[in-house]
Amino acid sequence: MPNTLSASPASRGTPSVTDRLLTWLPTPVFQVLHGTGSTLLLLGRTLRHVPSLPRQFGRFIEQCHLIGYTTMPIVGILSFFIGSVLALQSGHAGENVGYKQFIGALVGLTMARELGPVMAAVLLAGRVGSAIAAELASMKVYQEVDALETMNIPPERMLVLPRLAAVLTMMPVLTIMADLVGWFGGAIVSKYTHFISIEPASYFANLRQYMDFSDVLNGLIKAEIFGLTVVLVCCNIGLNTRGGPREIGASVTRAVVTSLILILVLDFFVTKALM
Amino acid sequence: MSAAHSTSPLPGAAPAVGITVEGLSKRFGAFEVLRGVSFTVQPGEIFVLMGPSGSGKSVLLKHLVGLERPSSGRTTVAGLDGADPATRERVRMALVFQAGALFNSLSVYDNLALYPREHRLGNEAAIRDRVMRALQILSLENAVQKFPAELSGGMKKRVAIARALVMEPQLLLYDEPTSELDPVMSATITEIIATLRQRYQVTSIVVSHDRDLALAIADRVGILMGGELIFLGPPADLRNPTDPRVADFLNPRIDLEHPRFKHLET
Repeated sequence: MPNTLSASPASRGTPSVTDRLLTWLPTPVFQVLHGTGSTLLLLGRTLRHVPSLPRQFGRFIEQCHLIGYTTMPIVGILSFFIGSVLALQSGHAGENVGYKQFIGALVGLTMARELGPVMAAVLLAGRVGSAIAAELASMKVYQEVDALETMNIPPERMLVLPRLAAVLTMMPVLTIMADLVGWFGGAIVSKYTHFISIEPASYFANLRQYMDFSDVLNGLIKAEIFGLTVVLVCCNIGLNTRGGPREIGASVTRAVVTSLILILVLDFFVTKALM
Repeated sequence: MSAAHSTSPLPGAAPAVGITVEGLSKRFGAFEVLRGVSFTVQPGEIFVLMGPSGSGKSVLLKHLVGLERPSSGRTTVAGLDGADPATRERVRMALVFQAGALFNSLSVYDNLALYPREHRLGNEAAIRDRVMRALQILSLENAVQKFPAELSGGMKKRVAIARALVMEPQLLLYDEPTSELDPVMSATITEIIATLRQRYQVTSIVVSHDRDLALAIADRVGILMGGELIFLGPPADLRNPTDPRVADFLNPRIDLEHPRFKHLET
């Protein structure tokens, strides 16, 4: 079956030469190229509306509440146990090798540079990304997006811009919280586990000795990139949904899976770029 | 039907606009939905577009507001290209969707206030005035704080019309406004469409299979079948149609001996 372009307004007319060439590409390659292109175009169309952001203040606050405040408990719980497990595993391995005293630095650096931003982004994709994709897909299928267009209200301005601004505001908050809670979890396990038994004071002294602000900043940059990607991908997939309730479900699944893959792929390249 | 008044529902309304559809064709893959459809609609006219399900009526309507782009041919609204998004900035047009397409997360009031708020058409007091006037015209004052999920089918259609009215449209498009409604509510919606045109001279295009609606309020009727316009004329001509396809569409005979679906199967 030949590749078909999505339902974006620009692609509804007679296929151009480029469109016809694209139909000859293998479907997975076409889907990746088309998904990347349409997501970047959505970003471009959304950025055009940045000057109108102050008028979207109410929606921005609402999205900050959804993306930030309501996601905090699960980020806290998960980060606590990730920090705890990190301390436990490194304490167990370090007991034999003799680097037990470095647990503070190990947990601190791993949380700040890697697991804090990645886990916050994974939870964002699962909890917020799925909700965004479901809401926008439902609005598209039930013609609410068409209604906005006929009212000359760009969907990017009303639906995408406040979410992008909110995720860029809230991701650093979630990541710093994940880092702090993870460090705290590691400290508790280090104190109360009999084969580790490191006092919090020496745990945090070790953490401070081997860490500086650039490590935390490194994680925050990653978090911003992941957050932007998750929200853009989920908005794009939601807004390109066609069909009925079954397609809404399929869009949610696709949005979450694509986001998770992109987080891990981008993580590698961003880590390498920031080294 | 004459348009007696030209008063706007709200201050600042622009005059009604004319429409042209020239050789419009639309293809989805191998399926040709519209085949060279041409007609014009005069400013202030009520044009009813009829036809069986799947004949391309709603697709044609979407071309007029730029939600679809033609495969060939063109549409113009007030002389401007209907496929050009800039046309929506210069001509105020509103589409009343078949299912209402109300914003489910917003109350009836906020659904109506969205357009003036987003386009900054006055302060909150002026917007409230504008919204309440539109709700009053449709007798919906009691539904202000309700959410779309709490409304009946007929109320949803009326709210959708009220939301369109808040835009002070120069062109008002209705997609199946009387479908899924009981006969009394269908008659009510028909009366509303006629009243809005009569009072405010808005150009109205109504997509419907409702014969009673077409005969009662249309200035002209078009019948679309298989993507082609097979009839275009005043509603009076529908009473004694010469084309057997038009006659069969308007007065389908129920024949239990030779049911239609048997013919469709072969």
